[in-house]
Amino acid sequence: MNPFRIFFAPLVFILRLCVQTAFLAIGQIFSRFVRSSLTMFGIIIGVAVVIGTIGGLTGMKGFVLKEFETFGARKMFMWGYVPEDMRTTVSWSDVKLTTYEANIILERAPSIEKLSPICSMRMDANYDGKLVRGVDVSGIWPDWHDIEDRQMIFGRPFSRIDIEENRQVCFVNAAAVDEMKLDTDPTGDYLQLGGRRFLIVGLVETKDLQFMGNGGDAQSEVFIPFETHKMMNPYTWTNFLLQMTDPEQAADAEASIRFILRKHRNLDPEAEDTFQIRMLQSVIEQFNVMANGITLVASIIVGFTLLVGGVGIMNIMLASVSERTREIGLRKAVGAQPLVVLLQFLIEAVVLCVVGGAIGVLIGMGIVTLLRQLVSWMSEAAVPPGWIILAFGACGFCGVVSGMFPAIKAASLNPINALRHE
Amino acid sequence: MSATTAIPTQADAPARAGAAAPATIEIRGLHKVYKIGEERVHALRDVDLTIRRNEFVAIMGASGSGKSTLMNILGCLDGATKGAYVLNGRPTHKMGMGRLARVRNEEIGFIFQSFELLPRASALKNVMLPMLYSAKHLFSARRRAKRSLEMVGLADRMGHKPNQLSGGQRQRVAVARALVNDPALLLADEPTGNLDSKTTVEIIDLFRELHASGQTIVIVTHEEDVAGHAERIVRLRDGEVMSDYPTNDDPVHQDWIERMASGQGSRLEAARDETASVEGAEA
Repeated sequence: MNPFRIFFAPLVFILRLCVQTAFLAIGQIFSRFVRSSLTMFGIIIGVAVVIGTIGGLTGMKGFVLKEFETFGARKMFMWGYVPEDMRTTVSWSDVKLTTYEANIILERAPSIEKLSPICSMRMDANYDGKLVRGVDVSGIWPDWHDIEDRQMIFGRPFSRIDIEENRQVCFVNAAAVDEMKLDTDPTGDYLQLGGRRFLIVGLVETKDLQFMGNGGDAQSEVFIPFETHKMMNPYTWTNFLLQMTDPEQAADAEASIRFILRKHRNLDPEAEDTFQIRMLQSVIEQFNVMANGITLVASIIVGFTLLVGGVGIMNIMLASVSERTREIGLRKAVGAQPLVVLLQFLIEAVVLCVVGGAIGVLIGMGIVTLLRQLVSWMSEAAVPPGWIILAFGACGFCGVVSGMFPAIKAASLNPINALRHE
Repeated sequence: MSATTAIPTQADAPARAGAAAPATIEIRGLHKVYKIGEERVHALRDVDLTIRRNEFVAIMGASGSGKSTLMNILGCLDGATKGAYVLNGRPTHKMGMGRLARVRNEEIGFIFQSFELLPRASALKNVMLPMLYSAKHLFSARRRAKRSLEMVGLADRMGHKPNQLSGGQRQRVAVARALVNDPALLLADEPTGNLDSKTTVEIIDLFRELHASGQTIVIVTHEEDVAGHAERIVRLRDGEVMSDYPTNDDPVHQDWIERMASGQGSRLEAARDETASVEGAEA
């Protein structure tokens, strides 16, 4: 024997044993096709469902993130808020945001570049003698166009003079034109809102946001200067719409706003904020929490299915051990070590589980492909490779666990009794 | 060796193998006790047995005589309760199940009554089976298996599955499998029990050929005509060695031959004559 053979012989021996056993196991699966399929059914379904769910979730995540991107990553919202423990002493009107606060935020927070207060109310609109009830009328500042990225199609935005002089001017969106039967270019017409005559100065574009649900094209919108709105309805609630200089500095922006407002409102250091700030980042985080929840549930489902599937595998392996008792006896008689017999049945169980897992992964990927083809907003549905590896790993583990007991049973068979077994 | 083999058996008288041949099997003071519930069954009592290299021995006995127990111990499938068993220089009574598995693999070739071939594997794969469990002939397994099948005359049936082979051919595959690791001992348990007379002749002739080429063979059987082809017959009764003679000196066997001669003749001889006459007719 040359040194090469001496060195590699044990390695080749083990490898040959494993490969032959694996082929033997695959042979077993095909020779009892119906039985094997039924055995693997649990694992196939479990893996397919999980792969499908994860693929769908990935697609949903991609869609939501894309929506957010359209929505604007630099956008922030804030509004006045009465913390739970102050509800007896502070009223909601005390914490309402004011234009003064808007101005000091703009002045003192360097990470905020644009701000528009928003108040909104449903009013009756009257155009050319036709009355439309409950039209959504919002008061805004001109910066709103940049923050929302909704520019004028016709006409002009509000000017500084419109704001300063509380002029009665408005612009509308396309849905409002349709609903109130305005001219295609309504600029220069007059619209009666809450009993006052407003000059229509333009038509604003409508953003197509499927997911967030606001500003959808079905809804009529009329916009008037914020101050005009306040003058007409002094008690309406006020929100702020803000834009950061950089989405990376979201935490910085939030901190500086809190500092400015707390100081302005003279809040004690231990008192809670009497306002709330939300930004896209936190919405994304919330979505991620939800997605992680779904992933967790999917993982628990796969765990349970593998458990149930594993019981099936164990059952069939026990049947196989008792059916092949004579074969085991023969193998032992011709010199198979107990450990080798153990290994053989363990490999068989693992092969059964992994083949089931592979079929499950294929079916799951088929489901995901179908989703991608058939559901328009699922265009980014895909199965992350990590999950495929995880699925196979879990199946292999399941095989080892469920094959262990039958394999030990086979390995501990007495060859004499095994050979006499009928 | 001579000091330890001072057991006075008739077989120790110079047989064909000669007194100088080293012992393949040496059994001294072997006891086997089974516990069945509270009861203790003494299957073997103080058995001494020496089988030398190139001997062809038949072990006979009625059921319950301890024949099967002795066979299992000879085949290292079971351990003795007390006593020593040295196989080809290896003291197997001191070994655990793992080492015994290795001894079975390397030193013993098994032949079973019902062949025990793997039904879905070809003849060649079946013959390669023992080498799957040993790293010894790792790189020459296929070559050795082919050579072994050629030796039993099945060179043209290597790719056949057991269900495509006749009973005699199946047993030949089993013999090839038993021989593939060059065992010190060929151990056959009723090798012709499932065969008709004609194929029995084939297999017995194969055994004789192997014996002639130097193989040590032990057959466990209850058929006198099969035992008659061995050169020595060991008879067991109630767990003890009742008699141990060369075949030609065995009184029971000689009685049987006389009875057969006066009667219709042995099943085996009849089959042989029939074969000869068929061949003669064909010629």
